[in-house]
Amino acid sequence: MTSSARTRIRRQLLCLPLFFIAIGVMQAHIDANAASVNVVGEDLLLRSGLLIQKLSLGYNSLLADIYWTRAVQYYGSRVGAPGAKFDLLWPLLDVTTTLDPSLIPAYRFGAIFLSEPGNVGAGRTDLAIQLVKRGIGANPDEWRLGTELGFLYYWRMKDYPNAAAAYLATSKNPKAPPWVKLMAARIEDKGGSIENSRIIWRELYESTKDPVIKNDAARQLQILTAQDDEMHLDELVDEYRQRFGHWPMSLEQIRAAGLLPGIPVDPVGVPYVLGPDGKSRLNPASPLANNPGSNPAH
Amino acid sequence: MSAITGVVAINTFREAVRDRVLYNLVFFALLLIGAAILVGQISIGIDRLVIVNLGLSAISVFGLVMAVFIGVGLVCKEIEKRTLYSLLSKPIRRWEFVIGKYAGLLLTLLLNTVFMSFGLAVALFYVGRPFVRSDVSILVAIYLILLEFALVTALALFFSCFSSPMLSILFTLSIYITGTFAADIREFGDFSRNPALKAITRALYYVIPNFHNFNAIASAGHGQSIPFSLVWQDTLYAVLYVVLVLFASSITFSVRDLK
Amino acid sequence: MSNPAIEILGLTKDYPSGFWRRKMRRSLDSLTLQVEEGEVLGFLGPNGAGKTTTMKLLMGLIFPTAGNARIRGRSIEDISTHKLIGYLPEQPYFYDYLTARELLNYYARFFGYDADAREKRVSHFLEMVGLSTSADVQLRKFSKGMLQRVGIAQAILHDPPVVFLDEPMSGLDPVGRREVRDIILQLKQDGHTVFFSTHILSDAEMLCDRVAVLVGGKLQGVGAPSEIVSVQIHSMEIFFEGREGHSLPRAVIEQATHLGGRYRVEVAESELYPALEQLRSCDARILSISPVRPTLEDYFLHLVERQKVQNHAVEVEVR
Repeated sequence: MTSSARTRIRRQLLCLPLFFIAIGVMQAHIDANAASVNVVGEDLLLRSGLLIQKLSLGYNSLLADIYWTRAVQYYGSRVGAPGAKFDLLWPLLDVTTTLDPSLIPAYRFGAIFLSEPGNVGAGRTDLAIQLVKRGIGANPDEWRLGTELGFLYYWRMKDYPNAAAAYLATSKNPKAPPWVKLMAARIEDKGGSIENSRIIWRELYESTKDPVIKNDAARQLQILTAQDDEMHLDELVDEYRQRFGHWPMSLEQIRAAGLLPGIPVDPVGVPYVLGPDGKSRLNPASPLANNPGSNPAH
Repeated sequence: MSAITGVVAINTFREAVRDRVLYNLVFFALLLIGAAILVGQISIGIDRLVIVNLGLSAISVFGLVMAVFIGVGLVCKEIEKRTLYSLLSKPIRRWEFVIGKYAGLLLTLLLNTVFMSFGLAVALFYVGRPFVRSDVSILVAIYLILLEFALVTALALFFSCFSSPMLSILFTLSIYITGTFAADIREFGDFSRNPALKAITRALYYVIPNFHNFNAIASAGHGQSIPFSLVWQDTLYAVLYVVLVLFASSITFSVRDLK
Repeated sequence: MSNPAIEILGLTKDYPSGFWRRKMRRSLDSLTLQVEEGEVLGFLGPNGAGKTTTMKLLMGLIFPTAGNARIRGRSIEDISTHKLIGYLPEQPYFYDYLTARELLNYYARFFGYDADAREKRVSHFLEMVGLSTSADVQLRKFSKGMLQRVGIAQAILHDPPVVFLDEPMSGLDPVGRREVRDIILQLKQDGHTVFFSTHILSDAEMLCDRVAVLVGGKLQGVGAPSEIVSVQIHSMEIFFEGREGHSLPRAVIEQATHLGGRYRVEVAESELYPALEQLRSCDARILSISPVRPTLEDYFLHLVERQKVQNHAVEVEVR
């Protein structure tokens, strides 16, 4: 190899990194383009988890992880967009949990976001319940899955007997903390109440590591607080009427009458208002006002 | 100069065409497309979707198999069989040989894809769907599949220049699989809390060839058109990467002692 | 004076060897050799001597560790030099899915002939090597001898002034070998320079203007076949017989070989006159005195022996 040939080769090799740079830039462009155009890439032709399992040649859990990642990404890329639909969320979670029945985070995620209505979730509580029941069946040791089931019955379906039963069943797990059994009793006793709801959501908030769920739980807690506040404000409205003989037109009037030190604000700082029906409510402009979450007490 | 490359290309093409394995593969692909008709008939209302999906997937898979299995032998088989000794004593540069082999195989793949696409068209015709405007997306999907072939072939050729067929197949398939799941790998990294892992997966994402760029099968199935901007960007990406790999192959082969 | 046909200057090739590939095995050690236009040079040596390595270096199939070479003044690194050379590799393989005609046609394309010229050339050379009848048979069906002939055809079909043949006679039956010999002689007659390697000495002696002997990667000597062997004359042979009626002394007879009435004895050159004296003194009749001409074979074996001793004594570690 002559030295001139060697230098030529060396010079050629130096060109290679330039190519990689150009390729990287190109890739970034493609990604940006594909995202903005929302190209169809999502058709789960194979929706049968069992089929995929057979095809995966034993690499079940790896594939499960991939599908789980896709499920999260699928949800994350859609949530918040107006008119968003989550048709593929169930198949994705179905395949995930069929491939790896012990992927616990998938059950929790599904419990919440499969059942959430509106443009924050798929709105299919039935599927959520199906998913969680499968999880309980495959992982009897996971007491928390039982609380997810209870949550679904309580919060989404307002089915208090089933909710209580779910909490009770899972409280029998020696690992379950005392509040679970307590919850069963409270629901048995009072059915739906702000206090019960608050306990459930607080438990969810504290136990989850998933930031999406945590945010959701935080929001729900704020809404519950707002509902509490509204209840108190309604009591004040009643008192005003008793005192002055007519319904107040606004909270300002109540404050002027000395019943309130100031105009109370909701957990995010927006003042409450009186609705046309005379009941207090969140200011429509408040971020909490768009909540599609349902409250058992109202 | 390019005439010599053309000579090698045509000869490579001729060799591939005379290889019986090729015919078997094409036959199976057509068989699969035929089977798609049956499957389509079972699922009501989505027969077109199934045929297009299955057909395009068959074209993709079989073409890939051809690209890899013939590609890895392109250079090393000649070295092994020592046919190269007499050839390289002719006025032909090493890189002309390499590029010529590549072009020959690509030509073969092109021809096979045309055959299989024709089969697909026949299948669609058979189920009584006249061709509509939106079927252009099928053609676009096939074009993108060809880009994918070009890239995979280049990779197989590269490994062929210095590695045994077995290892070359392993390497090429590994890159293909990694490249297909590139987006998922990157999300794994983003998901995790480990900044080192995040950086690595991100770097990996930009370095390895992202084959999911070329997958428009789902779009074609739904008749959804793929924007032209994406098509030419994908083309440019493929061209850049192919040139990179061919360049590397030429360099590798030019310094190699043929023992 | 114009350029020599082949000019090799200090050509060296080291291969990495050993498990960690750090040791270097020198398979060709600083070969310097020149071949003139129109010469037929035989490149001799035992297997593993480095003959094929030399050829492959000249063809650009492998790259030298040091040194360079020129063909008619053009460096071997220049791709256009390949228009001037034809090469028959050792035990050639060709694309077995092609026919002989297709193969030659393919190779001919690299030299820019138009279709007509190609056809003519291919047919001509197929005939020259005696393959006209099998021209359209796939090469995978060819015997070794036939492949060898195809190999020669592809080496010379572009009329290269310098032809390299690596073991052209190997694997051929006597008829085939004679045919190849004739082709080489024909090439010489047509003015080509022929450089061929072989380990069959009789072929070399018959065909070559000069021979170069390579043993263990080193050039041992270059010269006309007769020159090489003449250098090594060490002994003389004497033919003698006893006179009628006289018998020769037992001592003398025991040292000689009996060949039907005559005797032959070999003595070192320095011992010639004393030996003659001894024979004269016992009244033997001297029939002839001549130098013992060792054949190329003897020279060869002697060199190989010497090389073996050398290798044994010193382990060469070349960095």
